[in-house]
Amino acid sequence: MYRLQLLAARSLIAGALDQFTPLTLTSSLTGVRHKSQGPSVEKYGQMRFSTAEAKVSAGRLDGKMREKSLTMDTLNPQVKAVEYAVRGPIVIKAVEIERCLEEGGTKPFSEVIKANIGDAHAMGQQPITFLRQVVALCTFPELMNSPSFPEDAKWRARRILQGCGGYSLGSYSASQGIEYIRKDIAAFIEQRDGVPSNWENIYLTTGASDGIMTILRLLVSGKDSSRTGVMIPIPQYPLYSAAISEMDAVQVNYYLDEDNCWALDINELYRAYQAAKQHCQPRVICIINPGNPTGQVQSKKCIEEVLHFAYEENLFVMSDEVYQDNVYAPDCQFHSFKKVLYEMGPEYFNSVELASFHSTSKGYTGECGFRGGYMEVINMDPEVKVQLVKLLSVRLCPPLAGQAAMDVIVNPPQPDEPSFKQFHQEKSSVLGALAEKAKLTEQILNAVPGIKCNPVQGAMYAFPRIFIPPKAVEEAKALGMQPDMLYCLRLLEEKGICVVPGSGFGQKDGTYHFRMTILPSTEKLKVLLGKVRDFHISFLKEYSALE
Amino acid sequence: MSENGALPHRGRVLTVDTMNPNVKKVDYAVRGPIVQRALQIEKELKEGVKKPFEEVIKANIGDAHAMGQRPITFFRQVMALCSYPQLLDDNKFPEDAKNRARRILQSCGGNSIGAYTTSQGIDCVRHDVAKYIQRRDGGIPSDPDNIYLTTGASDGIVTILKLLTTGEGRTRTGVMISIPQYPLYSASIAELGAVQVNYYLNEEKCWSLDISELQRSLQAAREHCNPRVLCIINPGNPTGQVQSRQCIEDVIRFAAKENLFLMADEVYQDNVYAEGCEFHSFKKVLFEMGPEYSRKIELVSFHSTSKCYMGECGFRGGYMEVINMDQEVKAQLSKLVSVRLCPPVPGQALMDLVVNCPQPGEPSYQTFMKERTAVLSALAEKAKLTEEILNTVPGISCNPVQGAMYSFPRITLPQRAINEAKAKGQAPDMFYCMKLLEDTGICLVPGSGFGQRDGTYHFRMTILPPTDKLKIMLHKLKEFHQTFTQQFA
Repeated sequence: MYRLQLLAARSLIAGALDQFTPLTLTSSLTGVRHKSQGPSVEKYGQMRFSTAEAKVSAGRLDGKMREKSLTMDTLNPQVKAVEYAVRGPIVIKAVEIERCLEEGGTKPFSEVIKANIGDAHAMGQQPITFLRQVVALCTFPELMNSPSFPEDAKWRARRILQGCGGYSLGSYSASQGIEYIRKDIAAFIEQRDGVPSNWENIYLTTGASDGIMTILRLLVSGKDSSRTGVMIPIPQYPLYSAAISEMDAVQVNYYLDEDNCWALDINELYRAYQAAKQHCQPRVICIINPGNPTGQVQSKKCIEEVLHFAYEENLFVMSDEVYQDNVYAPDCQFHSFKKVLYEMGPEYFNSVELASFHSTSKGYTGECGFRGGYMEVINMDPEVKVQLVKLLSVRLCPPLAGQAAMDVIVNPPQPDEPSFKQFHQEKSSVLGALAEKAKLTEQILNAVPGIKCNPVQGAMYAFPRIFIPPKAVEEAKALGMQPDMLYCLRLLEEKGICVVPGSGFGQKDGTYHFRMTILPSTEKLKVLLGKVRDFHISFLKEYSALE
Repeated sequence: MSENGALPHRGRVLTVDTMNPNVKKVDYAVRGPIVQRALQIEKELKEGVKKPFEEVIKANIGDAHAMGQRPITFFRQVMALCSYPQLLDDNKFPEDAKNRARRILQSCGGNSIGAYTTSQGIDCVRHDVAKYIQRRDGGIPSDPDNIYLTTGASDGIVTILKLLTTGEGRTRTGVMISIPQYPLYSASIAELGAVQVNYYLNEEKCWSLDISELQRSLQAAREHCNPRVLCIINPGNPTGQVQSRQCIEDVIRFAAKENLFLMADEVYQDNVYAEGCEFHSFKKVLFEMGPEYSRKIELVSFHSTSKCYMGECGFRGGYMEVINMDQEVKAQLSKLVSVRLCPPVPGQALMDLVVNCPQPGEPSYQTFMKERTAVLSALAEKAKLTEEILNTVPGISCNPVQGAMYSFPRITLPQRAINEAKAKGQAPDMFYCMKLLEDTGICLVPGSGFGQRDGTYHFRMTILPPTDKLKIMLHKLKEFHQTFTQQFA
């Protein structure tokens, strides 16, 4: 009890608790808003509009307080069920601390290092010059006359504009995306995989998230035991669980094998599938390769097994391949699901329904803000495809700047073009730095007693397992929070480091993790890892002393 | 047959029988069968197929740039500077454009529009939006915390409807929408499995909104669902009416009395052409009605970069202002939008420019004003022209296009045409529009895609083609209508 009071006294924990009870969370937010809006509005209304008010007859509202029509009780329950840890309570807290520092508040650190989200540019990565040149030319075509832009950039911009209504990035495109760009994407996939790709199977999207949500939306149907079950890896990227909650589908967990470098174990797929069949209808399996948050790169054999499993059990396959360029481990290689499916022969290639996703946000470009992406959908029933296009058309089209950025990624400068050298150099430098940081992160974390980190083979994250002493677990539970949430909140408050607790991604019961990106600059990453080490050691000490 | 020629050895997982039934119910006429056919015809023309016309004129969608409207130079300069900040050293760009670009970049992570922003949108943009609203509404305060940037207005509308949809059977959320409506509403309602509650606009009174009709519609709906939200489009799409201040007040009183959540789609707020008409925002009227209303009514209003004088549809920029929303619900809204990470940053930047445009004294002011005025006055002229020419055609009657970008004329169809359409399983105005497209290359959207009173027929056409082309189009339309009427007499 004494410990609890002590904890509650800490501003951090008090604030953190707020995040878990919506009532207090919002009251803390209201505090801010009252200052800016409430009183001034009232005053304004009374002063200036007294006559208008007088026109309202007193009995009009029947003298009773008007209830809000939209409250927690009358809110869409599926929305309530949504959780998205990458931007959850920890991040809200981090923003608060940043504001406090800006306003001159004192903390035991001078800045918050945000390693919570795969946002490369925010961490200082520079945009690829060529990509930005093309986008600038598309945006302001007067620049076509400027000698400071290379010809290959101008050529690409002209081509993109030719695909736009009125040659403007300001027109709507077809809902599937600009036709030229869809063809470029198909050519890119063909070249990557050595497998035919039909441009009519390509759909541009608003980031990969949008595509994933759209495909899931098509698949969700049925009631009770016939309700669509969606198989997702645990740990997973929480977009999946959030989308499943929002659509009221059934989440079917299959656990990745942490002891085997987060590999996917086919027996575990069977187990999860059989168990789920008791209460829902598993219809789709989602794979993230390279893995987020777990950083593993799937072997070709493993992909074959998954596809065979999907074939046997009649599952729709969704393959999230946004990290396809982010492979660092020398013994690993990216294999697309599409390519492996093709190589398994026509019986598989002509029947397994597969949607794979890519995006402008990761890779070496890191252009998250453009919200560019595409999906390739194969073997989809033609009638369903019509429905898909109709569904997409309601949102009109993905942002054109994002489509243009996607085009540059699939159609980069070639060796004989003027921008090739610089492009190539920028690309290698980003990917080389990431590979170095992946190694560094793993090494430093593994040197800390009580932290164990699998190799970061690919993607942009480490997902180390952390030992949390039983006393700390007890304490977290008493506070109604996950033990790794307690850990991450204290890491944030004491060291200014923002990482996401493993519980936000899912993990085996009784294990604890966090996800951190490897995106900070090498120098800053070293500082960050040093601080994590110091924090972890003192955290262990503090709670072991209580045993 | 699979696409590679061999028969599949297993059944498909996803078929029309097993897919999400709500998705099947979605309809979106603005990009429906007529538009599909128009695209096909364009391809055929390219391939040299002979047609009684040389080009397809697309008047189906409010896509100004596609119809030849030029972008506002200042906006594109700033966007180019944001995309490629090396241009900040280029002396061909005016200082005010550079200042705006610097300010936007400073508020982006790593000074890059390639970084994610907060899910609600860039702080400084939300502040600028709030200031704009305050100015627009004669000083009524607007709080940046109530502003959410969106991926076009559509995204905001769908998000708010998502929050509101709940219940089962008779308690299922009913959403009141105008008929005719912009089909985003009916499509979203179908997708969310909410209940569509129609209230009819009064065509005889220039598509105005009748409170007695709202009352009728609400009462009828209460028999089978729980109507909780009232959607208004002002200026109207597809109907082009601009609501009077009095009418807005009445709607607000009605919402107060019936405890309805208000959604005001105000994306055409700069598109008001008719003498004597003025845009009044719901927010402003609400606050002028006094605290009894302004502290209670839950209102969300929507704006976008796609319409008005800029017509920047492709950037997918927009915002919504959320008033009097329950604080806990607002936290849920923030959580929900965070799953999609953030609206596209170029769209956010463009929204910023719309609400923070060049001011007198700044180097770009004159050019900006000239371009803006040129677009808006051309639209006003075309609105007038469209109404006038259409009303000279016997069997077509068109209300004044007071605002927005569309006319929605009523067409009289001969009984024989109606019979023939029905025999084909087509809505009669679909039959009409399809024939119009095949005979003249003009692409319009049938009124049935927006909803209309039973037994009446309409089409929606944009007033966006350049004046010359618009005239040609209207004359072709006139001829077609006469021929059609004779043919089926």
